[in-house]
Amino acid sequence: MAKWDENSVLQVERLTMRFGGLTAISELSFNAARKQITALIGPNGAGKTTVFNCITGFYKPTEGMINLRHPDGREFLLERMDDFLITRHAKVARTFQNIRLFSGMTVLENLMVAQHNKLMRASGFTIAGIFGSPSYKRAEDAAIEKAKYWLKKINLTDRADDPAGDLPYGDQRRLEIARAMCTDPLLLCLDEPAAGLNPRESEELNRLLLGIRKDHDVAILLIEHDMSVVMGISDHIVVLDYGQKISDGSPATVKNDPAVIRAYLGVDEDEEPAVIIAEVAAPIAAKKAEVKAATKKAPAKKIPAKKPTPKSRGRK
Amino acid sequence: MEYFLQQLINGVTLGSIYGLIAIGYTMVYGIIGMINFAHGDVFMVGSIVAFIVILAFGVTGGTGTFMLILALAIIVVIAMIIAAAYNWSIERLAYKPLRGSFRLAPLISAIGMSIVLQEFVRVAQEGRPKPIHPIIDGGFEIMHRASENGEFIVRISNMQIIIIISTLVLMAVFTALIQRTALGRAQRSCEQDMKMAALIGIDVDRTISITFIMGAALAAFAGILFLLYYGSTDFFVGFLAGIKAFTAAVLGGIGSIPGAMLGGLIIGLVEVMWSAYFTVEYKDVAAFTLLVIVLIFLPQGLLGKPAVEKV
Amino acid sequence: MTTQGSNITTRPYDWAAIIKDVIGSGIITFLILTPIVAFKTTLDQGSLTYSTRWPLVLTLALIVIAGRLIFHLFVWNRIETSKSAKAAPAKPGILSTIGKYIGPIMLVIALILPLISHFFPTSDKRVIDLAIYVLTYVMLGWGLNIVVGLAGLLDLGYVAFYAVGAYAYALLSTVYLPEWFGAGVVPWAFYLTLPLAGILAATWGVILGFPVLRLRGDYLAIVTLAFGEIIRLVLVNWFAFTNGPQGIIVPKATFFGLPFKDDPGGFAAFFGLEYNRIHFYIFLYYVILALALLTFVVTNRLRRLPIGRAWEALREDEIACRALGINTTNTKLTAFAIGAMFGGFAGSFFAARQGFVSPESFVYLESAIILAIVVLGGLGSQIGIVFAAIAIMGSFELFREMDFLKAILPQGTDPIQFRMLAVGLAMVLMMRFRPRGFVTKRDPTVFLKEKKAVSGDFVSQGHG
Repeated sequence: MAKWDENSVLQVERLTMRFGGLTAISELSFNAARKQITALIGPNGAGKTTVFNCITGFYKPTEGMINLRHPDGREFLLERMDDFLITRHAKVARTFQNIRLFSGMTVLENLMVAQHNKLMRASGFTIAGIFGSPSYKRAEDAAIEKAKYWLKKINLTDRADDPAGDLPYGDQRRLEIARAMCTDPLLLCLDEPAAGLNPRESEELNRLLLGIRKDHDVAILLIEHDMSVVMGISDHIVVLDYGQKISDGSPATVKNDPAVIRAYLGVDEDEEPAVIIAEVAAPIAAKKAEVKAATKKAPAKKIPAKKPTPKSRGRK
Repeated sequence: MEYFLQQLINGVTLGSIYGLIAIGYTMVYGIIGMINFAHGDVFMVGSIVAFIVILAFGVTGGTGTFMLILALAIIVVIAMIIAAAYNWSIERLAYKPLRGSFRLAPLISAIGMSIVLQEFVRVAQEGRPKPIHPIIDGGFEIMHRASENGEFIVRISNMQIIIIISTLVLMAVFTALIQRTALGRAQRSCEQDMKMAALIGIDVDRTISITFIMGAALAAFAGILFLLYYGSTDFFVGFLAGIKAFTAAVLGGIGSIPGAMLGGLIIGLVEVMWSAYFTVEYKDVAAFTLLVIVLIFLPQGLLGKPAVEKV
Repeated sequence: MTTQGSNITTRPYDWAAIIKDVIGSGIITFLILTPIVAFKTTLDQGSLTYSTRWPLVLTLALIVIAGRLIFHLFVWNRIETSKSAKAAPAKPGILSTIGKYIGPIMLVIALILPLISHFFPTSDKRVIDLAIYVLTYVMLGWGLNIVVGLAGLLDLGYVAFYAVGAYAYALLSTVYLPEWFGAGVVPWAFYLTLPLAGILAATWGVILGFPVLRLRGDYLAIVTLAFGEIIRLVLVNWFAFTNGPQGIIVPKATFFGLPFKDDPGGFAAFFGLEYNRIHFYIFLYYVILALALLTFVVTNRLRRLPIGRAWEALREDEIACRALGINTTNTKLTAFAIGAMFGGFAGSFFAARQGFVSPESFVYLESAIILAIVVLGGLGSQIGIVFAAIAIMGSFELFREMDFLKAILPQGTDPIQFRMLAVGLAMVLMMRFRPRGFVTKRDPTVFLKEKKAVSGDFVSQGHG
């Protein structure tokens, strides 16, 4: 029995999600353990983000069970909970593939909004707060302290009073993670945190995630395409293809799993896996070296901040 | 039963007018994803223009049949051209510069434009209702039955026949236009993805302009029918008719032309039946309530595609 | 901008295109104006006649042609070569220095306004009346600002809550309070009703807010519009309850029980003053000033509380809010309720000032005017709303005064007729040239080292 099975925070069991006739995920089961980084990988369209949306309550799964266990023994069945209650009570936080910061609010405000529920209680659901009760003042100061802690972790203390939308892309990614951490989660779900990052930013992200794993009692579940991130920091990898789990294990096991290689490269059945393993492993190693080199010399290249505005037509 | 039949005829007539206006809403919403708040007022402009032309030409009920048809044809052409000029200018001045601005901008601009149109007509033509003498009269008795309360006659007037038939014809023409022609293909592709449409060489601006012109032409036609049917118009008729037609567009499924027609019929029937069987005073309340219910419980409409929230 | 000549070069004229555009716009203008402006229809003793106004049409068409030509020749041919001109941050010029003190200055002016107006004895009543009028709209603007500006929910039916407040006062003061507590309570009706009107309006805010929670943007706008109209139509048609279109005559506000009347029991007699109608207006002025300031202070406090931050976060990104454990349903409902509450206060004040309520005061155009004030002021900006209310309400008054316009307008046209036309145009032009309103900067609610205003370019205006 692997470590993630005995010490798991999140247990996904036989999760199935259908949209009309399309089965996006079928019978998916996996666990994620505390103080571990679990990566969910798979080719485009494999259903990774759908799994996230099910865990965080944005979709209601068609079938299956998603169980979240707290250290005190309480258990939450996430598939039955509303999305905001999952964050509030079950303590699951997430980030988004296309960054969803409050771009017109300052960096500090973003981190304050994340502590909404705690502050809301402290403000006596606004009533005590409006009369300036001292206990609310204390709670707000504590919230600012916590925000400061995370600002330091993500190296953005100097930009605390700037609008979030003004930050470079990589900083926005890390701010979104810090914002999620401000909700005090037990499970942190990161949807492609390294997408669009340059090698230096990617390295910073790795350090941040490793730091979180070291200092906080949180399970990290991440979707990622960047293999340097996945292989570099994960403890446990789950591979999806066409909505089904094809591999589950430590990075080393998964890397050598013929099914994974088949899914990524689309090989014929009879081709020799060993050849391909060599082919796949070499570039990964090369990339790692490249990243290391890049972090040493490459100056930060600022990618203009992109506003996360999905095409919405207000139709909903 | 006879009473119901009569109301059915009235409802279908009214619904046809709403349907024609609704097509303009649905096409514009389909293509640029916004409510053209001023569309109801373009309908009003159409009816006012028709009123002025009728007055200027001195068309009355006594005009001979041939001359009457000629006159009506001229009225239709003039009203459509003028309304098209209005809607084209509205799009150019108030919406096009705001493409790519924040979401509320075109909406607020549209609300402003709607006020501008109403007030412009009010200032230029005074606010009082503008009555005309009936021009097309006569009709057929479909059924009559004597009962203890006297005789009840189910009638369909010539005007009603004209409204229903011309609506069906226009509707068929427009459906064919959108499904068969290159223009329709351009419209549908803009609806799907404006950027991509531009990349494959579709003149997006032109397509949007044409959509506004088409919508205006239909609204103007509806305006003429409205004037001839009710015998009166004023600067404010576009507000209520516009909201009801918008309800029709949503009810039918926004973006769908048959849907707009279907929605129009349903709204027309609901309004007429409500007036006939409940209270006339609350007929607009009924229409507004229907709007609220549809938007809340059936935002994708009867013939529309459901939208999935992307996270 | 034009002063920075070095950054601007001109393009050679493309005469063919210019002529095409000018003639084209001339034709379009002519088409647009021909039927509706050229033929003026009049209903004269039961028969319809028309007169023509061709000179007017030609003048207007020529103005458009000349205007476009001038723009082509002198404005649209400029190319900004240097992008930095646009990207450079606006100079921290005199405006922002004033900006810091503008609030307190305006507050002082507002507090002593009745004194100032006293020096113009011929028009002091009118000045104060106008100030009351403007302040009512400032308050309504601030109330709507909570819903539209902060929470980003476009509400086109705000006037419904104004109506709820006004009718709450009307019905409570004329029917229910005397019935429950006897006629002696009537002079106090305003003070008793005010909180009730706020609570009732807030309740209606929740009732109407609840069904529209899932809607955004255009759909939300049109549903709120429908709600506003439903409430008005019910007021018009529910004769037994509201007395229908005839409206209700209600007691005017009193000075804590002392009516503003020329009799021994009145306000003037009690304080040994000579009776003057201005007392009533000055009293009303301070009441609405107090109410408006209450709105301002409460809103400002709320912005710095978690609920206010949640409103703004909701405007920025609703999905992210939910992912952070914020109950967006409650957040929206509180925005609707608190916005509605201030609308209710204002409505109650309106009734007590007017002494009369009827459904006619609560038409959709009122909602549009209030929305225009919020939009012009800059969504979310409270100071901007004050300017916008002064601009719009002041311009209404100006239209009344503009005698020179009468000279150039056709006979029998009153400039006041153009006021809503001007509001509509202002909304369109504002969206075109300054879509973020007078005040585009957002004031952060909390800061670590220094408070920096957030540029409007980053602030989302909500999905509606």
